[in-house]
Amino acid sequence: MPKDTGIGASPKRREDVRFLTGKGRYTDDINVAGQAHVVFLRSDVAHGRIRGIDTAAAEEMEGVIRIFTAKDFEGVGGIPCGWQITDRQGNPMQEPKHPILAEGKVRHVGDPIAAVVAETRDQARDAAEVIVADIEDLPAVIDMKKAVAEGAPLVHDDLTSNLCYDWGFVEENREAVDRAISGAAHVTTLELVNNRLVANPMEPRVAVGDYAFHDDSSTLYTTSQNPHVIRLLMGAFVLNIPEHKLRVVAPDVGGGFGTKIFHYAEEAFCTFAAKQLQRPVKWTSSRSEAFMSDAHGRDHVTKIELALDADHNFTAVRTETYANMGAYLSTFAPSVPTWLHGTLMAGNYKTPNIYVNVKAVFTNTVPVDAYRGAGRPEATFQLERVIDMAARELGVDPVELRRKNYVTEFPYATPVAVEYDTGDYNATMDKLLSMIDREGFAERRRESEARGKLRGLGINAYIEACGIAPSQLVGQLGARAGLYESATVRVNATGGLVVMTGSHSHGQGHETSFAQVVADMIGINEDQVEIVHGDTANSPMGMGTYGSRSLAVGGSAMVKATEKIIAKAKKIAAHLMEASEGDIELKEGRFTVAGTDKSVAWGDVTLAAYVPHNYPLEEIEPGLEETAFYDPNNFTYPAGAYACEVEVDPETGKVDVLAFAAADDFGNVVNPMIVEGQVHGGLAQGIGQALLENCAYDEEGQLLSASYMDYAMPRAHDLPMFQVDHSCQTPCTHNPLGVKGCGEAGAIGSPPSIVNAVIDALHSGGHDVPHIDMPLTPARVWHAMQGGAANLGSAQPAAGSGNTTHDRSVGAGDTATH
Amino acid sequence: MYDFELVKPKTLREAVAALQAEDAQALGGGQTLLPTMKARLAMAEQFVALSGIDEIKGVCLDDDGRICIGGGTTHATVARECAESYPALASLAGRIGDPAVRNRGTIGGSIANNDPSACYPAGALGSNATIMAEGPNGTREIAADDFFLGMFTTALEEGEIVSEVKFPVPERARYEKFIQPASRFPLVAAFVAKFSDGVRVAITGASSSGVFRWTEAEEALSADWSPDAVKGLTAPDAGEMISDLHGDGAYRAHLVKVMTARAVAAA
Repeated sequence: MPKDTGIGASPKRREDVRFLTGKGRYTDDINVAGQAHVVFLRSDVAHGRIRGIDTAAAEEMEGVIRIFTAKDFEGVGGIPCGWQITDRQGNPMQEPKHPILAEGKVRHVGDPIAAVVAETRDQARDAAEVIVADIEDLPAVIDMKKAVAEGAPLVHDDLTSNLCYDWGFVEENREAVDRAISGAAHVTTLELVNNRLVANPMEPRVAVGDYAFHDDSSTLYTTSQNPHVIRLLMGAFVLNIPEHKLRVVAPDVGGGFGTKIFHYAEEAFCTFAAKQLQRPVKWTSSRSEAFMSDAHGRDHVTKIELALDADHNFTAVRTETYANMGAYLSTFAPSVPTWLHGTLMAGNYKTPNIYVNVKAVFTNTVPVDAYRGAGRPEATFQLERVIDMAARELGVDPVELRRKNYVTEFPYATPVAVEYDTGDYNATMDKLLSMIDREGFAERRRESEARGKLRGLGINAYIEACGIAPSQLVGQLGARAGLYESATVRVNATGGLVVMTGSHSHGQGHETSFAQVVADMIGINEDQVEIVHGDTANSPMGMGTYGSRSLAVGGSAMVKATEKIIAKAKKIAAHLMEASEGDIELKEGRFTVAGTDKSVAWGDVTLAAYVPHNYPLEEIEPGLEETAFYDPNNFTYPAGAYACEVEVDPETGKVDVLAFAAADDFGNVVNPMIVEGQVHGGLAQGIGQALLENCAYDEEGQLLSASYMDYAMPRAHDLPMFQVDHSCQTPCTHNPLGVKGCGEAGAIGSPPSIVNAVIDALHSGGHDVPHIDMPLTPARVWHAMQGGAANLGSAQPAAGSGNTTHDRSVGAGDTATH
Repeated sequence: MYDFELVKPKTLREAVAALQAEDAQALGGGQTLLPTMKARLAMAEQFVALSGIDEIKGVCLDDDGRICIGGGTTHATVARECAESYPALASLAGRIGDPAVRNRGTIGGSIANNDPSACYPAGALGSNATIMAEGPNGTREIAADDFFLGMFTTALEEGEIVSEVKFPVPERARYEKFIQPASRFPLVAAFVAKFSDGVRVAITGASSSGVFRWTEAEEALSADWSPDAVKGLTAPDAGEMISDLHGDGAYRAHLVKVMTARAVAAA
């Protein structure tokens, strides 16, 4: 029987009333009296030396207040990077300066050269167009492998090469892995590209800087997933504003998907310029600007080898990945291909030997950083593809091959430094198979063939690490931040309460689901609970929302704070009822004394706390407000099994997704409706990556997919009705709610399902195609069926050399059965 | 968007006069022009909005049985009003863009712009339509074969407005399009029309010269109206096809055959 309220119920999202009626209050809705507007002049070349910037004519234009260039930022810090990676030799990564406005060189199309502040946005835009930037074109490096070759042009002249770091993980495993592979009965090798993506949140980024002379304080309104992190990074590292003089507000935010985690130059600019000009300064990104200034996602080129013994036990995994950093290091960029990717290379499997090598590379492209899943989709994709390929090579059932190698005993310490606390991968696979009628597939395939179509079935598992993260652990791994979360619960005299959380909701529905948890703990109505987030002025220091961490970490902090509230309230109740504190029980909003009929209501206690006439003042303070910080002692490990059926039109190469099923284990679930919505959204983005989305540069570094005319977003009609299930629940063992996180699973688990299914379909039609790089557009699929693989004008790398599908994805004779 | 003057005449004559002004440009439904202006890639001192001119809106039949569509008629109107009289054309109009585009975009605007990936040029060329152009010197009749001169280029002269497009109705016809995944414009689309005196095949989306007639297919289909007649042909020269992220010339050339055969099968 579904519950109506509290944990496990599916009340409608309270925030949707304002969102769906156009009443949301987004950053662009904030207009501060007297504000000026900034427009950035951005580079239209990928790489060039700035010989001069002539702003004289622009400065004379109507409405122009001031034009800024790099020289105005002497003495101001660069945009900091929040994670330092140590390379295989024990040296720190190469970390170039990331100026607010380009200094000396431009390094990607979209790199800001000058900022025009004017009375109106149009005036600023008009003036930006007449600035003359004298830029000497330099050769651009786009392809990562060419970028690290001898003699390649340097993105940063002061670095020794374009290699940010060469990371080995776990370096001590390397020899054992090499031995296991050379002695294996079978090795399957796959080279692949994890395609570069643009996050494309519905709301473009916006920043409004404001400065108050009367108390020398700055306020930044910004589209951020983590306002406290922006306050710390921008205040301490860029503008030298102490945190007590800086307020960062992230109000309603229209989607983030990772790309609004990072601290961006435009935020620092607006805050800086507001003080310089003593006027509020506002920037609103256009969609075109977003394509060339929001951090991109993914962009890995990987070679993976999977070794198996004669009984098909996985004996080793070895990978070599080139990870694109873009032109500068975005806030968490170095951590994505390393700790968020390497630690997941065991997947759901008990492979004993694993070695991951990652070369992070600077190129003349937009910086790349976390995007929904961040490292984990890259890990899952290569592993679940190579397993499928191995099953095909060995002629075994891909589901049975996975089951044979599943981790089944928990806790399980992987060879890549993490410990899975709990899980049941066979349970989610069983559930999945019960959802998809695998036995009926052969008949469905025949039916498709009768219509001239090729039908394929793709099945895979996934695991991810969420709830980041234990602060001490990530500190050892190079994080320059703690990754706890905070909450303050402020109970009012009349019994209602406000939770100020360091988590941030930008579509996740926290205002509804967080209220369910607190209301359930106390036994009051959910409308008695208000969730407040997104303002450093009222919330305790929080680390924000990403990595599916909000409920697991932020929710845990909220539970801890609420537990403190309840403990204090019980003391007050005990006093009011002249009973022993240990006998007090709280149920359905009433305090009772065990074994008696005495009771007081929640509201009686909260009133007593603020009107302490009859109150144990010698023992406790008046008031009812508590703060908790929660630092997890492990990651959480959501996992599951996904399946999809596709139909390929062999004449055109077009792929239609006919069915998609997801069986997830998220541990306990607070609001099943919201969880399903999160999975639906994740699946849409994962399927988008697999079939549609491709951020492509040409050899000169021009962005080919710079608008929706060329960047294909998934739309409703591209997707089937999803079957989603989260009834398999192995609760997380180390957080109080037993929750794991659900925000990224769909985007992590679904790309291999799609590609596995398409490859299956092509093989059924007699096409021996080992792999096709995402996105599997009609042209790419058709070319693969013809035995070729056109790069279609994109300068981004193919995985292997050569022009045939086989050469690109398998390499030259690396696959061998010994 | 740059600043501009907007005039909204009520009659064709006023519109033609307004377009005589220095740096004036006609604005139809604005489905291409407005986004281009917003991106500051198009500008003019004066835009002459054609949307207030009732005399160029609507669909009727002329004495020769041709369907006459006013240049200011929206795609949605054509989709609705030609559903029985010319279903292939109605189907083409009903699949352009999305409902918002179809309720603003006009046939005259589409044809005058001659985007190499637009749908209407294929319908007009494939139907052997006649384009009526209204200018300062009166009305000109231009055969579709003489109208589409290459990517974004037409036989329209400065200041001329597409007032009407006249479509002879074929015995059978069909428009089949394969969409580009991002823009949802045709990656390649084929309009085939079988008239008593022969078959016409117009291809859009594929060629770097814009819409074109695939004469080999016309000959083959005039002799044998069947999908197989197309399948036996050599695809058009890939070197003359558009090559971009979404498909190279070889792929587009291949799709020309596939879409033409499918159009014949569905006609």
